[in-house]
Amino acid sequence: MANVCPYGRFTHAVVRGIPETFGTTLGDGCKNAEASVDLAKAKRQFGCLTGALRQKVGLQLVEIPPDPELPDSWRMEDVAVIQGDTALITRPFRQQRRSEAEAVRRVMSELHLTVVEMGDVEGDTGGATLEGSDVLFTGREFFVGISSHTNRRGAEVLADTFRDFAVSTVPVCGGARLKNICSMGGPDTIIISNSDGAKKTLRMMEQLTDHHYEVLTVPEESAANCVYIKGPAKHDFLLHRPVEECPDSVSAFQKLQDYTLLPTACSEASKLGAVLSSHCLLIDRKHTHF
Amino acid sequence: MTTEAGSETEVKEKPEESPAEPDQSEKPLEETQEVANAKDEEAIEKVKEKDGKEGKGISRFLPTWLKKQKSQSQTSPTKEVPPTEEEDSKVTQEKQEPAPEVNGHAEEEEETEEVKTEQVKEQEAESHSNASADTEPAKEERAEESTEKSPEDSKEATEGEKAEKEDKQVEAERQAEEGQTSIFQSPLRLVRKNKMKLVVCHVTLLDGTEFTCEVEKRAKGQYLFFKVCEHLNLLEKDYFGLSYTDSHEQKCWLDPTKEIKRQIRSNNWQFGFSVKFYPPDPSLLTEDITRYLLCLQLREDVASGRLPCSFVTHALLSSYTLQAEFGDHEPDQARPLDFISQLNIAPSQNKEMEEKILELHKSHKGMTPAQADTQFLENAKKLSMYGVDLHHAKDSEGVDIMLGVCANGLLVYKDRLRVNRFAWPKILKISYKRNNFYIKIRPGETEQFESTVGFKLQNHRSAKRLWKVCVENHSFFRLSAPEPPTKARFLTLGSKFRYSGRTQSQTRMASSLIDRPAPNFERTSSKRISRSLDGAPMISITDASNENGREPHMELHSDSKQQQPLGASEPGLSQDHDKTQEEVLKHQASISQLKRSFMEAPPPSPPKVNQWENRLTSSPATMRIQQQQVGSVPPTETTTADNTIPDTKEPEKTTEVEIEETIVIQEVSRASKPGPVLVAAVLPAEPPAEGESRECRVRSEEKVAVVEEAQPKRQESISSESESDEEAEYHPNVTVSFCHTQIPEEKEEDEEEEQEKIEKDMRKEEDSSVPDSSEQTKAEEQPREAEPKAERKTSEGVCQADDSVSDPMMTPDKALNGHALPDEAVVTPAEKEEEPKVNGEASVVEAQLCPQVICCSEPPVVKTEMVTISDTFAAQKTEIATKEVPIVHTETKTITYEAAELDGNSDKEPGVLMTAQTITSESLCTTTTTHITKTLKGGLSETRIEKRIVITGDCDIDHDQALAQAIKEAKEQHPDMSVTRVVVHKETELAEEEED
Repeated sequence: MANVCPYGRFTHAVVRGIPETFGTTLGDGCKNAEASVDLAKAKRQFGCLTGALRQKVGLQLVEIPPDPELPDSWRMEDVAVIQGDTALITRPFRQQRRSEAEAVRRVMSELHLTVVEMGDVEGDTGGATLEGSDVLFTGREFFVGISSHTNRRGAEVLADTFRDFAVSTVPVCGGARLKNICSMGGPDTIIISNSDGAKKTLRMMEQLTDHHYEVLTVPEESAANCVYIKGPAKHDFLLHRPVEECPDSVSAFQKLQDYTLLPTACSEASKLGAVLSSHCLLIDRKHTHF
Repeated sequence: MTTEAGSETEVKEKPEESPAEPDQSEKPLEETQEVANAKDEEAIEKVKEKDGKEGKGISRFLPTWLKKQKSQSQTSPTKEVPPTEEEDSKVTQEKQEPAPEVNGHAEEEEETEEVKTEQVKEQEAESHSNASADTEPAKEERAEESTEKSPEDSKEATEGEKAEKEDKQVEAERQAEEGQTSIFQSPLRLVRKNKMKLVVCHVTLLDGTEFTCEVEKRAKGQYLFFKVCEHLNLLEKDYFGLSYTDSHEQKCWLDPTKEIKRQIRSNNWQFGFSVKFYPPDPSLLTEDITRYLLCLQLREDVASGRLPCSFVTHALLSSYTLQAEFGDHEPDQARPLDFISQLNIAPSQNKEMEEKILELHKSHKGMTPAQADTQFLENAKKLSMYGVDLHHAKDSEGVDIMLGVCANGLLVYKDRLRVNRFAWPKILKISYKRNNFYIKIRPGETEQFESTVGFKLQNHRSAKRLWKVCVENHSFFRLSAPEPPTKARFLTLGSKFRYSGRTQSQTRMASSLIDRPAPNFERTSSKRISRSLDGAPMISITDASNENGREPHMELHSDSKQQQPLGASEPGLSQDHDKTQEEVLKHQASISQLKRSFMEAPPPSPPKVNQWENRLTSSPATMRIQQQQVGSVPPTETTTADNTIPDTKEPEKTTEVEIEETIVIQEVSRASKPGPVLVAAVLPAEPPAEGESRECRVRSEEKVAVVEEAQPKRQESISSESESDEEAEYHPNVTVSFCHTQIPEEKEEDEEEEQEKIEKDMRKEEDSSVPDSSEQTKAEEQPREAEPKAERKTSEGVCQADDSVSDPMMTPDKALNGHALPDEAVVTPAEKEEEPKVNGEASVVEAQLCPQVICCSEPPVVKTEMVTISDTFAAQKTEIATKEVPIVHTETKTITYEAAELDGNSDKEPGVLMTAQTITSESLCTTTTTHITKTLKGGLSETRIEKRIVITGDCDIDHDQALAQAIKEAKEQHPDMSVTRVVVHKETELAEEEED
């Protein structure tokens, strides 16, 4: 269908800066941030990430200024699910986060995306929660991880929004969020961690899909979340955690042929249960979705 | 008889008379309408049966000359030209009674045509001048048409062919309607029809129009279906079907093999023509008209919400619709908006949508209707719900879910979310009991046991309906699955059991052979004519030219991959062919490799399949032809199969729908001869010393061959049979192709009976095994049983194959096929005779002449010689007659049997041996490869490759190892083939005798 094209073509990335209140709320990953987060370091890492996206990959970066009132607002991925020219503004599990969507909504409109609100879809969405970090879009279909933050009702809304695609629900076994245990590593490649829970989820995905994906298994869960982008020059970029953060998995990325690997640190955010992809919303505006 | 009037009638009559001379004799006697009526009734019955299958479809597609030939042959022998006159006289007599004559003749003609259709076809060409030509045309409509057309025909004897065809096609519609009316005009006809109990059927077509035609009350579904297809000028009809609404307001598919009346169970003869199987890749369709119809269906699906899609996609699809219907966007005109509203494109049609549509429409400038259709389909096919047939159900916990049946398998949805999916390969069995629907799942990698998943449907009817849909979809699509390097495409066969039509792969094969100028068709909504090419929709029979004036626009469709603009129209068309050819080539290559490896002899050329026939096959009657085509492919596979023997067992376990091929491997160990262990194929000639053994072997081989052929082709053949056989509605045998998948059938007729669980093993044809079938209607059971029996009779080998299970090799497979057991129990006499000494006895030591049969795994010597292991199904159809099966006695000989009448005759003839080639190369290892191509009823041809490997060596030789090696090699070379049967023959000291 019109909107089906190989995964990875993006032109824009929407990010939001690290607020001073970074880490003041409990990340969903760690109930109690044992190690105190280093705000400065977090900002540096964020800067590296955005720098890589802009300068290395060549995306147009839209940066929403941080809002101290919203300590989790930098987790852009959770707030919206974007496919083609449609952006579904999600309904995060935690009430406090729902106001994060305002700025995002505005940006989406400026980018001429069709904004769909979860509340809009099919009337009552009572109880529906959905966070983008539980959504894996493969270019062909959606997998929605049913987790502590995303429920079936939320997945139904997503399915209603993106009707062209199959939307499958999978249990999130190996981590707090679906994207924490897997991510796209190429148009047809899924990177997934080696944990038993992740394997279980992967099996479920394989069971549910009509397509065949290459699977790149990495020994460390932290390495399972990467950001794959096919840059404007049709070059493959992969942002992944650096050796320091996943010493055993980097070699796996080397297997990817003709990729430009961009080690990007994310240690501070990960303390809050976030991952690389949590920072950004990727959008493809240049590509006509027809 | 009078002059011209007579001529008209003559024409009609001729066919009638010619076919049934007796009729004529009768006629003169009675002359009255009553007689005619009586005849008609009989004729009708016959016609129904045959017409549905052959008459209509075939006759229609057959070149006129062929038809004429046949007609002549029939007529000529008796009366040829004179007959017409005589008939005329008769006609005149009848005519004296105004119109009735015509009617009666028409019907009679149908009968005769049906009976003699094949002959007629052939001879018709010759008899162009003869009036017979008139009758030749579409049989179904013939009666009607003939009455109307006859005059024309008589005038245009020579031209009659074309004229008829044109007239038929062009006028087919008219005739259908007008013809009927005209018929009615004559009082006689009215009378007859009344007697014949004609019923007016109303078929709602995809464009919303209604097609009305008359059918005999007892007509079968396919009769009506073919009439509709004829009306639509649709050749790739296998994707479509007729549906009716049952008394419970449920939409049901009309079973082509059953009487309409018995299905609808009401007097509401209203039907809907719609897409039954959504082709996963519409670009692979051959004709634009087929794509157009698919587009119509999808437009409706989208508009109705059955095919959900996003706003953007919806707009995009609609924009292609606009382009197809109205052409380029005209900025000046505001039309498009009006059109959009007219088109009722979307449920949620609004201003925004319209604007989007228009915007997109502008971008399609220059696109031809065909291109627009192709683009439409390219986008629509990617929708996740494309081709998914949803059924309401509840899961085991009582939660409402939707079960979606599609080309890939069974999908489980909860609301819009996909919560589970069962690909066809993972499904071992599909069954239903009362309102419960079950699927048995193949154990996963980490699981050890099969699991059964149950769903609750609203009632028994819906469970049954779901089950049938599953069976049909599995049959239609599974084999053609492009996934693994299986044989699927070529060999693909549907599970015959219930699905009587052709599988996707088959229909692709057939459609690839379509050789007619792209038919003109009018886009009803816009009246835009897609093609202006050839004025008259002639069907050219000749294979040679594919080129028929395709316009550039059209070309796009053909390209499976895409719709590139103009240019490559023909290439596109040919693509399908190319693909198949490529595959064929691959197979051939693999085969050739085998040959090289095993034998030095040049690779046998696969039998040529008449593409024509394939085309013809489209009509149920012509099913035979398909077999041939299919058969051609299978042969290669068969060869591979031989090699794979050991593997096949395993594969079979896993593979659901695979074509099983039998490999006959005989090991002959010569104790006396010291040579190294050689793997030689000694297929054909068994050691002379063992007269019995030889015979047995020969038989077994033949049988095996039959079996193999049957298997690959079975699906087709089965389907054809089912169609062809009026009486036998179900062909249990069909299942053979599916190794593991078992689809329990419930009798359709017995729908009411809730308890029926009939499980069919997809794999095996042994439907007989179906224990539960008791509930099945007698009719169904009878046919099933009958077939098996027939098969047994005809091909003893088949039964043997089943029996052979005893062999260690076989056991796994057999185990899989639970159903097979009963069949197995029945041991063909031949085998029994042969089998006596099977396993267990140490034969090696004994150097006696008696050949010993050694199971691959088991060294035990069987004095009797042969152990036949056949995985596949025993006997599928009676059609395959042993008699016909070519026996290759001499290796070097090539025996080619050509069916005299491939086209028409095949129907009645069970199996015609097309070609048999045996190539033997002698060396230490002797490998004999035999290609046997048979034509089965359906018009399908099956090719079986038998490989005999003779291992010559000292006693010391480890035969098992040698055999395993041989099989392994063969397997490696032909990974996509499976070994259906392995016969191990051990001989000691007899080596010299061995002719090979």
